[in-house]
Amino acid sequence: MTGNLLPPALIFIAAALLIPFLRGRTKAMYMLLIPVVSFTILMKIPMGNTWICDFWGYTLIMGRIDKLSLVFGYIFTIMAFLGVLFALKVKDDLQHVSAIVYAGATLGVVFAGDFLTLYLFWEIMAVSSTFLIIASRTDAARKAGFRYILVHLVGGLFLLAGIVLYIQQTGTTAFDYIGLSGTASYLIFIGIALNAAAIPLHAWLPDAYPMGTPTSTVFLSAFTTKSAVYLLIRTFPGTELLIWIGAFMVFVPIFYAVLENDIRRVLAYSLLNQIGFMLVGTGIGSQLALNGAVAHAFCHILYKGLLFMAAGSVLQMTGKIKCTEIGGLYKTMPLTCLFCIVGAASISAFPLFSGFVSKSMVVTATVNENLVLVYLILQFASAGVFHHAGIKVPFFTFFGHDAGIRAKDPSWNMVLAMGIAAFACIFIGVFPQPLYNLLPFTVEYIPYTGAHVVGQLQLLMFGALAFALLILSGYYPPEIKSINLDVDWTYRKLGSAAYRTLDTALNAANRRAETILMALVKGFSRFFLQIIVHMALFFSVNLWLVQGYRDKHLALKKQRLYMDLVHGSLPIGMGAAVAVSFVILVYVLT
Amino acid sequence: MKKELTIFDKPKNVKILLRCFYGSLVVLLIAEFFIHPHPAFYFEQIKGFSAVYGFFSCVLLIFLAKILRLMVMKKEDYYDR
Repeated sequence: MTGNLLPPALIFIAAALLIPFLRGRTKAMYMLLIPVVSFTILMKIPMGNTWICDFWGYTLIMGRIDKLSLVFGYIFTIMAFLGVLFALKVKDDLQHVSAIVYAGATLGVVFAGDFLTLYLFWEIMAVSSTFLIIASRTDAARKAGFRYILVHLVGGLFLLAGIVLYIQQTGTTAFDYIGLSGTASYLIFIGIALNAAAIPLHAWLPDAYPMGTPTSTVFLSAFTTKSAVYLLIRTFPGTELLIWIGAFMVFVPIFYAVLENDIRRVLAYSLLNQIGFMLVGTGIGSQLALNGAVAHAFCHILYKGLLFMAAGSVLQMTGKIKCTEIGGLYKTMPLTCLFCIVGAASISAFPLFSGFVSKSMVVTATVNENLVLVYLILQFASAGVFHHAGIKVPFFTFFGHDAGIRAKDPSWNMVLAMGIAAFACIFIGVFPQPLYNLLPFTVEYIPYTGAHVVGQLQLLMFGALAFALLILSGYYPPEIKSINLDVDWTYRKLGSAAYRTLDTALNAANRRAETILMALVKGFSRFFLQIIVHMALFFSVNLWLVQGYRDKHLALKKQRLYMDLVHGSLPIGMGAAVAVSFVILVYVLT
Repeated sequence: MKKELTIFDKPKNVKILLRCFYGSLVVLLIAEFFIHPHPAFYFEQIKGFSAVYGFFSCVLLIFLAKILRLMVMKKEDYYDR
């Protein structure tokens, strides 16, 4: 049945290698076709494990097909299509190839049924995404890309260590539910949590993602973190720790998002906040909560992609992306503005937009489990999300003060990609049932009840009221050109400070050691020189005494010999004579 | 070249927009009396709880963010020095 179908991951990766050889319209069609072909394969593929092969006595499973992996497979393929469409006119093969390989590796991770396959694609994902970060070829991007790959290689090592221990303990490479118990599981957990940007392992995300090109950030926003969320749902559902990590994540990043000046950094922090919702759902682990986490990941990929596309369009057309530099763009970029508002409404979970039908599942799950504090945190964050992503992003970009920039909407392919994503956001919001049918568990859930709609609208609209009043009264923190310290400070400043400290300390120690050593060597050499000098003097003086030198003459000859010996300016014949006499002396004495 | 949209340049339009916004807030508060409630927790039985919570969440958010800014804000070239 599946004999004539190839794994989507391999299709993506193999097909990517041909991209540089194609030109013009053929190339565009070819790139768009890759996700389309993969999607059709996913539609046809039967449930169960496929694409199994043996590798050095281990069984590799490249196709673990169940409802959970399929729903992630669908959305990643859809997002790959939208990302390719958005980046269609980019004249940089490196970006195209690495983006497609990256998407393929993500699919490989999602459908991996064993740890070896997983790890292979995991590392391909890390490497290919690094190329997307450095694609803008600026110095800042290169440095951020370097930090990014270092962090991910460390995370990969944790995962690898965990995998090795796990295989040793269980004797199998296959994996499913793991749960937190024992060293192996903790190592695996850390490795995956780092990719999910779980606090405190999150700083790489707001550090690196905003450095991408206008188009590459769209890919970055979708794949790495959500494939890690998928793995957490599969391997660590119901882990209580995740509830608290998630609650912390929905809470803390929104403060940063309020303060950040760079729109894509605002979006990066709100990305962390949204992953927080998914982790809370994963941590609760009830069927409704897991469904909520999956549904939220699905919707989130679309609207976050849409928001990054809108931000990318602004960056592409104006060359600027900081709140202090843009504003009033609705006048000349009405379509981008409209799509951005759709994305903003979706992330804010407005009724009739996609975030509403997915986020509320997680929130309802906290109610069912009677987690009052978590519930209040999530509601606080919901208002906060609307505040920074829902209002701040569109307001400061497209409204606010008019910066006088008259950039137009971007090219047709970018508008089309945003249009499709925006349509999907509204479609899911209005007709959530098709999405619910894709979810791993069959749970009856009705998002549109009067109380829920009114409650959510009150929460959001009165949050907006607070924004309006604060802006009008001038109390709202002004946008300032600045950066805000985050955990990456530890390895950027503390790391280099530690380097400097070690440099000073160790090099000082080095110099000290050198001085001491030199003093010792000099001492030794002087000591042995003195022995030789005095032996030579002893022999010579006796000789001279025998020869009949006395008083002044003798003193002068002694003085001259001494100086010659100490300064090494002895005539060669004399030196040889001393050496020979020394040898004779040794010979006689022994 | 396409004509620019300028609807928000006119103060009158902004005023209308704000009026609509304030009106919708009132409608939301009234609407709560006509729906079938299913409170999640006891504190949600209070009418307008979500509204108050949403409002003060955002005020608190801004307030705490301002304090946070004092602690974490650095000049843009901080990491380059």
